[in-house]
Amino acid sequence: MTFEQILFILFAGIVVGGAASVLLQRNPLYSAFSLITTFVGLACLYVTLKAQFLGVVQIVVYAGAIMMLFVFVIMLLNIRDEDTAVDPNRFLVYLTIPLGAILLGALLYVVTKVNLAQPTGDEGGTVERIGTNLLTKYLLPFEATSVLILMAVVGALHLAKREKE
Amino acid sequence: MNLLFELPPLPTLRDTMLIVPELMLTLFACAALVVDIALPRGKKSLTAWFCLVGIGFVALALVQQYTLNADKLPVDAFYQMARIDGLSLVFRGIFLLAAALSIVLSVKYLDVENEQRGEYYALILFATTGMMFMAIGSDLISIYIGLELMALTVYVLVGYLKRNERSNEAAMKYFFMGIFSSAVLLYGMSILYGVTGRTNLGQISEAIAGYTQNGQLQGEGDPRMMLILALVLIGAGLLFKIAAVPFHMWAPDAYEGAPTSVTAFMSVGPKAAAYVLLARVLLFGLGPLRDMEGLPGWSIMLGVVAALTMTVGNIGAVTQENIKRMLAYSSIAQAGYIMLGVLAGTQMGYRGVVFHLVIYTLMNTGAFTVIISLHRKGIIGEKVDDLNGLFAKAPGVAVMMLVFMLSLAGIPTTAGFIGKYFLFGSLIQSGKPWMVYLAVIAVVNTAISFYYYARFIRAMFLNPLKEEAPLTLSQPMRVTMAVSAVLVMLFGIYPQPLIKVADLAAKSISTVYAQASGIASN
Amino acid sequence: MVPLSWYLALSAVLFTLGAVGVFLKRNIISMLLCLELMLNAANLAFIAFSSFFGQVEGQLFVFLVMTVAAAEAGVGLAIVIAVFRNRETLDVDESNLLKL
Repeated sequence: MTFEQILFILFAGIVVGGAASVLLQRNPLYSAFSLITTFVGLACLYVTLKAQFLGVVQIVVYAGAIMMLFVFVIMLLNIRDEDTAVDPNRFLVYLTIPLGAILLGALLYVVTKVNLAQPTGDEGGTVERIGTNLLTKYLLPFEATSVLILMAVVGALHLAKREKE
Repeated sequence: MNLLFELPPLPTLRDTMLIVPELMLTLFACAALVVDIALPRGKKSLTAWFCLVGIGFVALALVQQYTLNADKLPVDAFYQMARIDGLSLVFRGIFLLAAALSIVLSVKYLDVENEQRGEYYALILFATTGMMFMAIGSDLISIYIGLELMALTVYVLVGYLKRNERSNEAAMKYFFMGIFSSAVLLYGMSILYGVTGRTNLGQISEAIAGYTQNGQLQGEGDPRMMLILALVLIGAGLLFKIAAVPFHMWAPDAYEGAPTSVTAFMSVGPKAAAYVLLARVLLFGLGPLRDMEGLPGWSIMLGVVAALTMTVGNIGAVTQENIKRMLAYSSIAQAGYIMLGVLAGTQMGYRGVVFHLVIYTLMNTGAFTVIISLHRKGIIGEKVDDLNGLFAKAPGVAVMMLVFMLSLAGIPTTAGFIGKYFLFGSLIQSGKPWMVYLAVIAVVNTAISFYYYARFIRAMFLNPLKEEAPLTLSQPMRVTMAVSAVLVMLFGIYPQPLIKVADLAAKSISTVYAQASGIASN
Repeated sequence: MVPLSWYLALSAVLFTLGAVGVFLKRNIISMLLCLELMLNAANLAFIAFSSFFGQVEGQLFVFLVMTVAAAEAGVGLAIVIAVFRNRETLDVDESNLLKL
């Protein structure tokens, strides 16, 4: 087993452990913190996959900004614990677990048998490459994203703003 | 500054000219937000007319785009991120029509709800921008961004009446189901990218055709299993937006809880947008997967979904007492009919898809206008009984509602019949036995649908009047309703102009698809 | 060298955990967190493929998806706040105004 494989197993352990913890925690705040752990693990994996820039973005944007937003809202609403992590009364539990197992089995079956064509290039995800592509080839979706963010700001403000009666 | 590698050329002015309608719509949406601030309280509805003017200008830009490029279609722009062809031109027109109609009928509704605000109209324009990006997108990423722009806006619009618990709840349910489906779609896209190494739909199609032609790729792995996985995941994500069975559960709840003006919008605009995506992805990107040797292709999968969608939609509609829920199920059934045109794979089928979508936009928003007119302060006006005696109270409105209902049911001399004729006829024309069976199922379903459409008609014409208060109808609403009803009748008797428009889109599909399927048939 | 299939298997596990979580959790915020897991599973698959092909396309896709995810989270949390303001609970089972 090479050093890279050991690293992968380490980071994958962090990712899966965090994800499982998201499901098992009863308090949404703890779930949110578990998700941050997952995101940090993913960021490490991105770096091993030569996606350095995205690794940083994952930490700054996802683990930083988005998760902080979640934590703020959880604190703001002062949400109480759930009685149980999952609802024992929902018939969905009996349906979801086997269906999830089937989904996982199917995905793993297909995905692990994959045998793709040989790599066509050798480009790392450096800031220069991401930046130049974003403003040339990906200009249209990039600009469309800016419209999307503007719309999200307007929409979120409308929904969350307190009205004077 | 020296870069480490050569900079690819920037998109040119020519590229920018090709997205002028989208740019204008975005600018008008932003301007609407500013106009709203400038207007005094009580005058906010002027934003609506400002937005209508904006949509008018965008429509002109669209027409100009067609006249300038008519002989060179299809045109690619922005490194093949966007594609201007007959399909995107016609569908963008449908989106503008849907947006304009729903803005007209929103003004009165928001007055009654006391929620008259400029953001509402700006959000409708943003959603329309998203749909237009979906229509021109020919790369997975531009499609995804357009889809999300539309979907996020519609979630907000569904929850627009934030003090109304039903609106809240509908927004919540719709949001969760919607994000779930878009996550599934995204996962499917990642697998598709993994199999083909491309994100552009045209290049994906070429790569897949290469695989299916040679049977297998280098190495022992069979890429077709992954392709099918990607197809199923992407298909599930898209069918959710169309509200096809088994991904329809959100539709009745979201339609009932949303403000009625938003229900009118989301039952036509986003649905048409989801159809253009379905056509783009299935016909342009995954065309070679239509039929595969030894494995199910998407035509048979879509056939099963279409049969289920029609049946569940029509049977579900029969038992409903709430008009909005009933129309929700009816629109599920209509979605099933339209799907038939996509899977038939003939020019006639594609023509039927476009034709029926245009007519569906007119008749569905027309029907919702009547429902909005029943809505008053304190009275929800959403039960079928609320239509009782409408003919005695407002004969004109009742007759127009009759036209919309007959057209939804597909009675001859209305345009709804012509649409269904093309859709069902294309199945029979294709000559495959299972498609003929599907056509039979569709006809049986149409017969079931007569029952619940007839309930509206009976309530309006035969039942005694219950509620004396006048309808809340503004003059513009009356005009658009009348125009819709006249167009529905006109295209039922003289459909040629609309067929010409529909053929513009149908040709752009069948030319591209003919090449793609030529490679694929092994 | 780590084989591509390891990354894909990890992404499949994440995706399934997220999908199962959405149906099992009762709290709206926890459901949103599980949806973020699913999006990240897709991102991981994109980056793994992108690195395997030696192309940068997949990474740009992920970059834009992250932006969309941020917007989604913003809108979703705004809906949560609107719901909570009217109802004082985030238990999805108590949302029953719209019945089939």
